Amino acid sequence: MTIKYDNVYVKDTSTVVGKYENEGPLSKYFDKSYEDFYMGCDTFEQGEIKMILDSIDILLEKSKTKKDDIDLFISGDLLNQITPSSYAAEKLGMNYMGVYAACSTSTLSMIVASSMLQSKKIKNCICSVSSNNSAAEKQYRNPTEYGTPKPATSTFTATGAASILLTNEKTKIKIESVTIGKAIDYGISDVYHMGAAMAPSASYTIATHLKDTKRTIDYYDLILTGDLGVYGKDILKDLLKKEHNIKLTNYDDCGCMLFDLKRQDVKAGASGPTSSALVTYGYVINEMKKGKYKKVLLVATGALMCPTMINQKLTIPSISHAVSLEAL
Amino acid sequence: MTKEEYKKIVDKHTPKVDHIKSMSLAFFVGGFIGMIGQALIDLYSKVFNFTVKDSGTYMIVTLIFISSLLTALGFFDKIIEKVRCGIIIPITGFAHAMTSAAIEYRKDGFVLGLGSNIFKLTGSVILYGVVSAYVFGLLRIMIMGG
Repeated sequence: MTIKYDNVYVKDTSTVVGKYENEGPLSKYFDKSYEDFYMGCDTFEQGEIKMILDSIDILLEKSKTKKDDIDLFISGDLLNQITPSSYAAEKLGMNYMGVYAACSTSTLSMIVASSMLQSKKIKNCICSVSSNNSAAEKQYRNPTEYGTPKPATSTFTATGAASILLTNEKTKIKIESVTIGKAIDYGISDVYHMGAAMAPSASYTIATHLKDTKRTIDYYDLILTGDLGVYGKDILKDLLKKEHNIKLTNYDDCGCMLFDLKRQDVKAGASGPTSSALVTYGYVINEMKKGKYKKVLLVATGALMCPTMINQKLTIPSISHAVSLEAL
Repeated sequence: MTKEEYKKIVDKHTPKVDHIKSMSLAFFVGGFIGMIGQALIDLYSKVFNFTVKDSGTYMIVTLIFISSLLTALGFFDKIIEKVRCGIIIPITGFAHAMTSAAIEYRKDGFVLGLGSNIFKLTGSVILYGVVSAYVFGLLRIMIMGG
């Protein structure tokens, strides 16, 4: 399902990142970085709350917006009960809505915000996502200090928080349309091959977006997926060709852009809701302002994985939501 | 597209794991740890004059101490990444699994955090270790009469 907007604009963005992300190729686009996974707090989870709060402080300062002018704060992350988002919301004291779509939470939050902005129910809305590598490892896999040989297809959860301020006021970048995805399961159960689990939903969402908007693939200067990784990228290209006869061009994956895959040992690339958000809110939006990209389609990909269901021998469904950004 | 058709696409783009390489690496690393163990037993029994049985116990304690220390200092997971399963299967891996869980859950409290979770990874090893000890003990009695 695709929805078009004519009244939703991007005012500003902010990004805070961990040590490894700051050592990657996009470091100059980030506003702040931390030295470890604690961010000066006692635990990984509390560190993640701090990252969200820091990113919002930076965003309000950069956009010269007062906290009282924000009508709604929409946020999501990877941890149980989206705890970091909710605890950050309590500290902020804004009207709050928590959302979860695994690693496609970034685009989901923008879809919810855009629909409310379009109907003029609100004027300014902040959308945030966060993830902390160590907190995610602890919840989804093994204790962080526990070593286990990981296959080449495994990905590395990005650490950071990214926020975007969406508004009714006209700016240089607008949210032109969005496509809501479907939860799709093609029978992948390997938790170390998320790219394979998520590629089918990305294929569906890209094909649906192009069909609904009657566009061809070359309409976009850049098509980005969230965190398919090196192998997931190839799978998606193959799948789109076979299922929908679409040849992907001008395409890249945020998970492959956030880190230097040759130099940094992150296996197939970055993952997590911040993978797509850090690359888009940091690199893409800034380059759009400078005129490098005019039309960008962000397809954040989320594996709706739960360790309990994997133990019960079920496979991994995935979802991808797309947001089309246009520079004016 | 059926799940089988999709699996073919996935397999085409998934790198193959060199099992022979991993297994030989694990074999030699595991063997090397065995060598260190034997060297420790010789050290304790010949230099410090403990009985061979006692020296075996001290050897295990030493290996557990070294792997726990390396885990706490944050090196052990990096070693595993290099040498793979050869270091996980011996007692070193068991100590590593317990220490890493203890470190992780210490901040969630001594009872509900550390206490509840320290056997998170090693619980199965202990349970099935005890069960198989019973089974083999019974077999021994039945076949050898004690």
